[in-house]
Amino acid sequence: MTTTHDVYAPSFMTGDEFHIPTFRLLQQDGTLFEGAEAPELDEDKALKIYRAMLITRVLDERMMAAQRQGRLSFYMQCTGEEAAVIGATAALDDADMIMAQYREQGALVYRGFSYDEFMNQLFGNELDYGKGRQMPIHYGSRKLHYMTISSPLATQIPQATGYAYGQKLAGEGHCTITFFGEGAASEGDFHAALNMASVHKVPVIFFCRNNGYAISTPSSEQFAADGIAPRAFGYRMHVIRVDGNDVLAVYRATQEARKLAVEMNQPVLIEAMTYRLAAHSSSDDPSGYRSRKEEEAWREKDPILRMQRWLIERGWWSEEREKELQDSLRREVLETMKRAEKRPPPPLESLVTDVYADVTPALQRQLDALKTHIRKHPDAYPKGARSLDPDVKAPGGEHKAGDEQGGA
Amino acid sequence: MPRMNMLQAINNALDIAMAEDDKVLCFGEDVGVFGGVFRATSHLQEKYGRDRCFNTPLVEQGIIGFANGLAAQGSVPVAEIQFADYIFPAFDQIVNETAKFRYRSGDLFNVGGLTIRTPYGGGISGGHYHSQSPEAYFAHTPGLKVVVPRNPYQAKGLLLSAIRDPDPVLFFEPKRLYRAAVGEVPEEDYQLPIGEAEVTKEGSDVTVLGWGAQMEVIERAVELAEKEGVSCEVIDLRSILPWDEDTVVESVLKTGRLVITHEAPRTGGFAGEIAATIQERCFLYLESPIERVTGLDTPFPLTLEKEYLPDHLKIFEAIKASVAF
Repeated sequence: MTTTHDVYAPSFMTGDEFHIPTFRLLQQDGTLFEGAEAPELDEDKALKIYRAMLITRVLDERMMAAQRQGRLSFYMQCTGEEAAVIGATAALDDADMIMAQYREQGALVYRGFSYDEFMNQLFGNELDYGKGRQMPIHYGSRKLHYMTISSPLATQIPQATGYAYGQKLAGEGHCTITFFGEGAASEGDFHAALNMASVHKVPVIFFCRNNGYAISTPSSEQFAADGIAPRAFGYRMHVIRVDGNDVLAVYRATQEARKLAVEMNQPVLIEAMTYRLAAHSSSDDPSGYRSRKEEEAWREKDPILRMQRWLIERGWWSEEREKELQDSLRREVLETMKRAEKRPPPPLESLVTDVYADVTPALQRQLDALKTHIRKHPDAYPKGARSLDPDVKAPGGEHKAGDEQGGA
Repeated sequence: MPRMNMLQAINNALDIAMAEDDKVLCFGEDVGVFGGVFRATSHLQEKYGRDRCFNTPLVEQGIIGFANGLAAQGSVPVAEIQFADYIFPAFDQIVNETAKFRYRSGDLFNVGGLTIRTPYGGGISGGHYHSQSPEAYFAHTPGLKVVVPRNPYQAKGLLLSAIRDPDPVLFFEPKRLYRAAVGEVPEEDYQLPIGEAEVTKEGSDVTVLGWGAQMEVIERAVELAEKEGVSCEVIDLRSILPWDEDTVVESVLKTGRLVITHEAPRTGGFAGEIAATIQERCFLYLESPIERVTGLDTPFPLTLEKEYLPDHLKIFEAIKASVAF
């Protein structure tokens, strides 16, 4: 290690000298900034991105309403951050791995997770891939290369470094992207992940959704520096800050990041400046910690509206098509929800499977004891638990999703 | 058959696993050129390259987070935590992530390929940050397997099983025995079963149970007891999680007495779990209270280590008390 400049008196630096610029292409009125160039994006792909943004918004609205009606135990919205998540996903290869935090359902929508797949997880029914074991929004899909969500914050970040290291050794030209909020970037896992990725030249994209709040804690109480981006300097990592409500800029930045990752084995940090328009979760009320005025200001930067105007400007979209799509979406989402709600919960056996590759003798004993107990008190347990046991004829009694789940 | 010490046996197991499957990777602090502070990974980087055997930055939560991702991707990581005392920064990654990966994803993803190797235990004048036995913390977490070998032969066979096991395994190596335990170890590939205890000596008056480095302490205690005419049955639990209840139950049904020993502090130690299960399943056959011989409920001491440790004399006294009850 060599120092390029020596000084002979104390000379401290704070990094305030650096101001990381924000990459932008699209203005709120749907026109490009002067001198900005739109990424190469054909009509089909542009519409695929836009539809995914719209579907995510509608899905979030409907599911939030369902939560308020008591049909769902919990929900988290992507609202306001659709351009960041979906713009980034669209710039990747479909087989690149996504390791998300929890608010990135837009990525799944873009990759084709069906309404049924969403609803089955949200209601924790027998068709949920996660077998009803996690709270709503903990989606996962092997087929779509989307790692199952885990509640603890930031744990997926070093895992993404490890996953991508494996991809590098496999030599198949894939990378991993990991999404997290600016709050999660305070966790030790974030620093561990960036350091290991830069030391070992791992093809991973760290995508920070700087959405202003970690539950109620504003970013000003989360970090003292100029956002998350400058941290990359400490790890000698490529970094870019992008307007997270500008889908074209996010798409373009992620395209370039992917090139650095896959072709050069360089990890990249992207900080997308955006805003969590909705509450943190269905259990949160942002009116307690931020002003309506602040929210309104961000509502005017709505990423969906911005892209819609751009599409209309290009003649690829119209208000009629918008209305038609929204109506059919709302209808489909509702129909799927009704279907998922009626499905029974996972079988009782699923309590003890997948803890290990095989059910251990101790777990088998515990399951047998539980069955014997339920047989003695058949009316005290939900129908689903009893329906599996051939010895028990279960009368009536609907299982409600989220019986055992408290909101977090 | 060649003779090896425990480190050589572990190194040999890693070598076999890496030669057989190029998805097997070894990494951790100082494991590269240097071969690990105890030399368990000697020459592996030389043989298999820097991509497959490498130093990580000094960050345990990063090592295990990284290992979880690698294992989920389909690689077979063998991550080393330099001392079991330093596994706690990685606690969240192990108990919340490693342990639940398969369960929470409904088996869409798993980290079954992961093995975490780490030296544990006292008797090396290591004070409380180089002597702890943290197995009980992990025994409380469904989804993990926890294995402790007692000698070089066991270490090689169990480590090869751990690496090939479909579930993540924490492999606690008794560092006091790294060089002290020497024995015959076959050069070829072999595996020993995880989740099965081993009856290392049959007897009729009392069952004496332990794992890892305590096994040779038990042997010395049993020698003393047998001289006094007490017939001891000795069991090496080998796997702390899942543990082999049936073998222990069968033995206690025969002897009617049980002495359990471990180095870790008594309160919340794994002996408590065993004792509770055995009284549940063998209550009417017990001739005396189940005895526990353990470390004290203090941090591990430095100078008074010999007094602190559950040594052969303490176990001997416990055996006598059990038989004379």
